[in-house]
Amino acid sequence: MAKLAASPEELRKRFGPHLQYAPPGGWADESRNPAEKLVKTHCCFCGQQCGIQLKVRDNRVIGFEPWEEFPFNRGKLCPKGVKRYLQSGHPDRLLDPLLRDATDFRKAAWDEALDFTARRIREIQQQYGNDAVAMYGGASLTTEKSYLVGKFARLAIGTRHVDYNGRLCMVSAGVAYKLAFGVDRSPIPWSDIPKADVLFIIGSNIGDCSPITTDYVWRCRDRGGKLIVADPRLNPISRNADLFLPVRPGTDLALLKGMLHVILRDGLEDKQFIAEHTTGFDAVKESVAAWDPQRVAAITGVPPENIEKAAYWIAEAERAIALHARGLEHQSKGVENCLAVINIVLATGHIGRDGCGAAMITGQGNGQGGREHGQKCDQLPGQRQLTDPAAREHVAKVWGIAPDELPQPGLTAAEIMEAIHRGEIKALLCMCFNPLISLPDANYTREALEKLEFFGVIDFFLSETAQHADVVLAGSLQEEEEGLTCNVEGRVIHIQKATDPPGNARTDTSILCELARRLDRGKYFPFETSRQVLDELREASRGGHADYYGITYERVDEQMGLFWPCPSLDHPGTPRLFEGGVSFHEDGKCRFNVTEWRESGDPIDDEFPVYLTTGRVVSQYLSGTQTRRLGGLVDIYPEPKLEIHPQLAVRYGIADGDLVTITTRRAEITLAALVTKTIRPDTVFIPYHWPGNKSANRLTHRTLDPRSKIPEFKVSACKLRKAEAQV
Amino acid sequence: MFGYEFYVDPSRCIGCQSCVEACEECETHRGVSMINFDYLDRHEMAGTAAYVCWHCEEPTCAMVCPADAIKVGEDGVVRSALKPRCIACSNCVLACPFGIPKVIPEYEQMMKCDMCYDRTSVGKRPMCATVCPSQALSYVKPEEIARRREEPENVFVFGNQSVKTRVNMMMPPGTDAVSIDVVDYMWEGHLGQAWK
Repeated sequence: MAKLAASPEELRKRFGPHLQYAPPGGWADESRNPAEKLVKTHCCFCGQQCGIQLKVRDNRVIGFEPWEEFPFNRGKLCPKGVKRYLQSGHPDRLLDPLLRDATDFRKAAWDEALDFTARRIREIQQQYGNDAVAMYGGASLTTEKSYLVGKFARLAIGTRHVDYNGRLCMVSAGVAYKLAFGVDRSPIPWSDIPKADVLFIIGSNIGDCSPITTDYVWRCRDRGGKLIVADPRLNPISRNADLFLPVRPGTDLALLKGMLHVILRDGLEDKQFIAEHTTGFDAVKESVAAWDPQRVAAITGVPPENIEKAAYWIAEAERAIALHARGLEHQSKGVENCLAVINIVLATGHIGRDGCGAAMITGQGNGQGGREHGQKCDQLPGQRQLTDPAAREHVAKVWGIAPDELPQPGLTAAEIMEAIHRGEIKALLCMCFNPLISLPDANYTREALEKLEFFGVIDFFLSETAQHADVVLAGSLQEEEEGLTCNVEGRVIHIQKATDPPGNARTDTSILCELARRLDRGKYFPFETSRQVLDELREASRGGHADYYGITYERVDEQMGLFWPCPSLDHPGTPRLFEGGVSFHEDGKCRFNVTEWRESGDPIDDEFPVYLTTGRVVSQYLSGTQTRRLGGLVDIYPEPKLEIHPQLAVRYGIADGDLVTITTRRAEITLAALVTKTIRPDTVFIPYHWPGNKSANRLTHRTLDPRSKIPEFKVSACKLRKAEAQV
Repeated sequence: MFGYEFYVDPSRCIGCQSCVEACEECETHRGVSMINFDYLDRHEMAGTAAYVCWHCEEPTCAMVCPADAIKVGEDGVVRSALKPRCIACSNCVLACPFGIPKVIPEYEQMMKCDMCYDRTSVGKRPMCATVCPSQALSYVKPEEIARRREEPENVFVFGNQSVKTRVNMMMPPGTDAVSIDVVDYMWEGHLGQAWK
């Protein structure tokens, strides 16, 4: 039943993406009138969560004003932040619930749409069992909503299968930091970055993906800090690096092992720190013994002398920070990669002091807060484990149920889609997730969606995924509901409500609570405000690692953010973790972890000889559901291009602008070439924000990291040919 | 804003075009961005440059204006052409050595960066320099800029013309002036020595 209701062209005509260029009322006229109020809040897009002031009039956001007092970004914004306000009053905005029959979407009343949703969920559960229904959440939701998704799936639907799109973002780092330190959070506030003497950035295209962090990187260099960047591409940050390591896709682990090899070979490690604050060093030392720079150079394509230099710079620095992001984490050895970074940081004693540390750069808006309070398949609020009897007891008590009523852990996001494809999961409720664009192997995802017996979506625009839905419940934009998010640093911040949802659209919280009522579980969801949800969340997280008990909207406003853990109302928050080298493990020690080298899940061979890697551009955000509707952003980078080095291009007779067909073991797509010397000649790059026959994720593969279950977006094998038809 | 100066540093530009997008939000030219933005040579590098009007001490645009429409304020800011005077002849567009002014056909008027007069006059920094995430455009005090690796420079030499500007270009240490002599870039075989 989940095939498209109409042709993609027809759906595009009705639901967009249409390009919004001007504020409500137009540039010249109505929008010149002054705002009724300026709302101090944050950007709805990436994990930087920049402070911004929204101008509001007549229940619409009509513009913005930089918020220079907010300490993280000091008024700075990327183009997405500048144009985000144009979503308010966007013509594509869903103003009513939609119900679908065989040939069309039609507007529906809320009662009809909600009753239908609840009825279908229960019918399918009666026929196939409780776990035949799955729920997807998202990391752009506020922390309160993320918390509600976890509770709603387990208590209202009663399924074990709930997971979120952060599974495509932060989970490799999350697993690694839990293994090493016992907790999943960036250990440092960003104000530490300028204090470092050496900054090591690996697998992170900061200029495009976390633009505000650039400011911190440049401040570090102005203090005399040296910048090392490892990346297959010479991006705007790496072109300024003091040492650039052009690592071959999928070989970061070898590079990191080689660097640790040099440090230990030459006795550069911090022996005192290792002895006093760590466990597992000897096994790790043994595991890098065979990784000498010559061998590593052959695997990574990085000159051996530069591997040595990078190792020396980090080891000999008084203060060093390693920053990493999806380049490292989107691999089938994503967890190992992060652990290998941490091993270097531990071996050199660069943790728990100012200007020191390792940190993941969180990608999604609430990538941090959205992964703390229970929408992950194995997690309960407070970053507690769902399998931990004490955690179950605590949360069950807060929720007023018996611990046995809590389901056990279910499948992860990508695994849920596979279970749908296999016919084991029959129904899906999806909120804030556009898997048709963001999951790997998009044709497989489409086949899975088409098999669903019931597919419900809560969203504000009709995403490509939502076009497959049976019912779409018109939800709320970020600025239409109060709540908390947690930024890249672990700073909890306050999203202020600027407007009400327009038309008949409703807040996400009220939709979930109404649905719960119709599933006869309303007594567990009595929430009328976000504040009520937060109060319950504070109790549910209390005593956990991500302890929010001391966090209130008022305290966050007063202090311009509050770093968790914050266990009491007079606790100042915890900007830097592991001070003095003390981790969250019971013994307080930081743990070295042995990493095992293995090949990518989609290796190159004679038939598919070129590495394909995917990523982002600065003007688009994730699956583009929001940003492909904002004219100014689309103009900056209208559609995906294939980045290819001239040495590789010449082999296929490809000139700049030529259409090139890229084929992997799963699919082929055709894109225009951008011939440029800023990428390794054995690698091509495609940004992934677009749907259909321009979708990079038609090409990517479904190999997952065995522990984090993150897909390997960053390494595929492909072949190229100049397209037959050139436009 | 007293004591603040404008600094342009393409080496720090990440090409995000936040400045381009934010400029069109300004009250005096809504919907029209006054930022000049270039990929220097995308086939060779990721380098980009975003720049505002350089606000010359002796503005070439004003010197060549036949309608006397381009004025310099007491604050040294070179304004857009005065609407009642501007005849949209494009002399300024052709003459400006930096390629800054634009004639907006629908307004029949030359418009350019006025360094956010509406903002700086009420104690706010220009929009582009406020939002720029990467310090490529900065509106700060000289003592803050002194902490940077690069050094400010504000003399540009174009052939025989030397131009001193209000806005500063950040240069690698040890560079005296920015030379942008067109002849240096020309293919010798085509026009021969006629230029020299």
